[in-house]
Amino acid sequence: MTVSSISTAALPPGLVIAPQLPDLLQPVKIRHGVSGFLRSHPTVAIGGALLLCLVLIAIFAPYLGTVDPTALAPAKRTRAPSADFWFGSDMLGRDIYSRVLYGARVSLTVGLSVAILASLAGLAIGLVSGFVRWADGILMRFIDGLMSIPPILLAVALMALTRGSVGNVILAITVAEIPRVTRLVRSVVLSLREQPYVDAAVASGTRTPMIIVRHILPNTLAPMLVQATYICASAMIVESILSFIGAGTPPTIPSWGNIMAEGRALWQVKPYIVFFPSAFLSVTVLAVNLLGDGLRDALDPRMAKSL
Amino acid sequence: MSVPLLQVNDLKKHFPVRGGLFGRRSGLVHAVDGVSFEVERGETLSLVGESGCGKSTVGRAILRLFDITAGQVVLDGQRIDDASPAGLRVMRRRVQVVFQDPFSSLNPRMRVRDILAEPIRNFGLAKSSADLEARVVALMDTVRLPRDALNRRPHEFSGGQRQRIGIARALAAEPDLIVCDEAVSALDVSVKAQIVNLLQDLQQQFGLALLFISHDLAIVEHMTHRVAVMYLGKIVEMAPRQQIFTAPGHPYTKALLSAVPVPEPGAIRNPIILKGDVPSPINPPSGCRFNTRCPFVFDRCRAEEPELRLAGDNQWVACHLETLPEASASAG
Repeated sequence: MTVSSISTAALPPGLVIAPQLPDLLQPVKIRHGVSGFLRSHPTVAIGGALLLCLVLIAIFAPYLGTVDPTALAPAKRTRAPSADFWFGSDMLGRDIYSRVLYGARVSLTVGLSVAILASLAGLAIGLVSGFVRWADGILMRFIDGLMSIPPILLAVALMALTRGSVGNVILAITVAEIPRVTRLVRSVVLSLREQPYVDAAVASGTRTPMIIVRHILPNTLAPMLVQATYICASAMIVESILSFIGAGTPPTIPSWGNIMAEGRALWQVKPYIVFFPSAFLSVTVLAVNLLGDGLRDALDPRMAKSL
Repeated sequence: MSVPLLQVNDLKKHFPVRGGLFGRRSGLVHAVDGVSFEVERGETLSLVGESGCGKSTVGRAILRLFDITAGQVVLDGQRIDDASPAGLRVMRRRVQVVFQDPFSSLNPRMRVRDILAEPIRNFGLAKSSADLEARVVALMDTVRLPRDALNRRPHEFSGGQRQRIGIARALAAEPDLIVCDEAVSALDVSVKAQIVNLLQDLQQQFGLALLFISHDLAIVEHMTHRVAVMYLGKIVEMAPRQQIFTAPGHPYTKALLSAVPVPEPGAIRNPIILKGDVPSPINPPSGCRFNTRCPFVFDRCRAEEPELRLAGDNQWVACHLETLPEASASAG
C-alpha cells in the first residue's frame, strides 16, 4: 500500500500525511579511478603535487633560467636577490638560485634511493627474521645494536670511513635507516603469520615461498610504502645535516646542506643564502610527509576503501 | 570393520612458556595431554568444552599446523604426524579446515576466484584452465553463492557469505575430513542455522567426515553423531549424541549441559554451578583434573587419574564414580 492510497478522511483532525519524505541522507558517492582517489584523499593529492613539482624542477634544472651552479664570479659576491641573481649570490659570487635548483637533484636522489634501498633491505631482513625462528634472535640483537646508535652519528661514522660522494652518502644513510624498516616488516610478518587465512593456505598445501609471495608480501606493502615515505623525508634531512657538518656530499657538488653550511658564517648579514635552501628542504620534507600521512590513512585496510 | 578415517592416539601438545632474560623455558602449557579418538567416514564428531580446554589445539594438530609433542595422528591407516613433506602434501588434501572468524580467514587482497583456485592448483586437481574455472564455478554453486561473486574481494561480503567462501575453499581440495574450528560461533543465529544446514547437506552429498569443534551445545545437539567432551587437555567423556544429551556420565558433562539455556519460560532448571575457575594448564591438578571443581569429589580423585572406560552403550567416561558398584549398576 502506497502513501497516496491512504484516504485522508480516516485521519484524525489536525494530522496530515507528509507528501514526500525528505532525503535526510545524502547518497554515498563512491569515487573511482585515480582522480576519485585523489579527491577523497586531499593530503595525498597536495603532497604528491608538491613532490611532483620538485621532481620536475630537479630534472629540468638546466632549462629553468639557471647558470652553471659552480661558476665563480668574485666581482659579484654576496649580492642580494635581484633580477640577475633571483636568490642572490654567495661569497664566491655563485648564483644561489641555480645552486638551490641543482641541489634539489642531490636531495631527491638521496631521499628516493635511501627509501628504496632501505625498504628492500629491511624487507628481506624482516621476512627472514619473521619466518626463520633461529635467525630471528641473532638478526634482532644486531638490529637492536644498530638502533642504539643515533642514525646521524652512525652515518657520520660511516662517512668518516669513506670518501665523500653522493653514493657513499646514500649507503651510509641506508645502513642507518634499515633497522626501522626491519622492525616494521618483522612485526607485520609475525602478526600476518598468525592469521587464519595463512593457516588455511598451509592446510591447503601452499608451500612456504608461495605463502610469503601470495599472503604475506601483499599485506606488508601498504605499511612499508608509508614507512618508505617517512624514510625518504628523514634521509633528505640527514643528507643536509651531513653536508652541513662537512661529512656528506663533497663541496664541489651543490646540495642544500652545502649551501647552508657555506652561508652559515654570513647568516646575520646575508640571511637569504641560508633561507632559500632551507625553505626548499622544508617544503620537500613537508610534501613527502603529507604524502606519507595521506597514504597511511588511504591504505589502512580497516577503512576498506578501494585503491 | 575397516580402519576409521581418522585415528588420534594419545595426542599430546605442550607449549613452552618462555620468560626471563634469555628466553629460558619457565614452564609448559599442557594444552592437550593424551587425547585419543576416532572419526569414521561420513561421521560428525563434536569436540566440546570451555575456552582453553585444548579443543582447537587438537584441530590444529590434526591439520599439522605445528609438530605435536607425542602421540599419533593416523589418517586412513597412514600417520600424518611424522609424514615426510611429500607424503604430508598428499595427506593435506584430505583434511581441510573452516575457521571461526570469517573476517580473518580470507586474505583481504585476493579475489574469491583466486582463493578457491589456490588449493585446486596446489594439489593439481584441475587438468586445464577450463577445468579449473568449471570447478571454481561449481564450488560457488555448491555453497549457494552467486557466480558473479567470483571477481569480488572478501570485504564485499557479509559474515555468512564469507563463511560460505571459507567452506568452498575447504571443499576445493576434495577432502575426506573437514575440521570446523568454531565454524559457526562468530555468526548470528539465523546465519548460523543456514551454515549448519549447509554443512549437513555437504556431509550427505560428499560423504564428508566433520570434526566439529564448538562450545555451543545447542548447535552440537542439532548436527552431531558423537560428542567428545574435553576438560583441561583431556577427553572426560565420549559418547553418541543421544547418551550425552540424555544420560551424561561425567559430572563435568552434567554441569555443561545444565548451563545450556532452555528456551521455555518457567522451565524447571537445576543448574549445577561449578565453583572456581579452570586450573592453569601449566600446573594441572594431580589425579583427576576436574577434582578442584567437581561436586562429587572424593579422596581417590585427588590421588589417581581416572581413565576413559566404557560405561554404557558406546559411552566412554573418565570418572572414578563410574567404577563404583552402585554407579555402574545404575548406568548399566
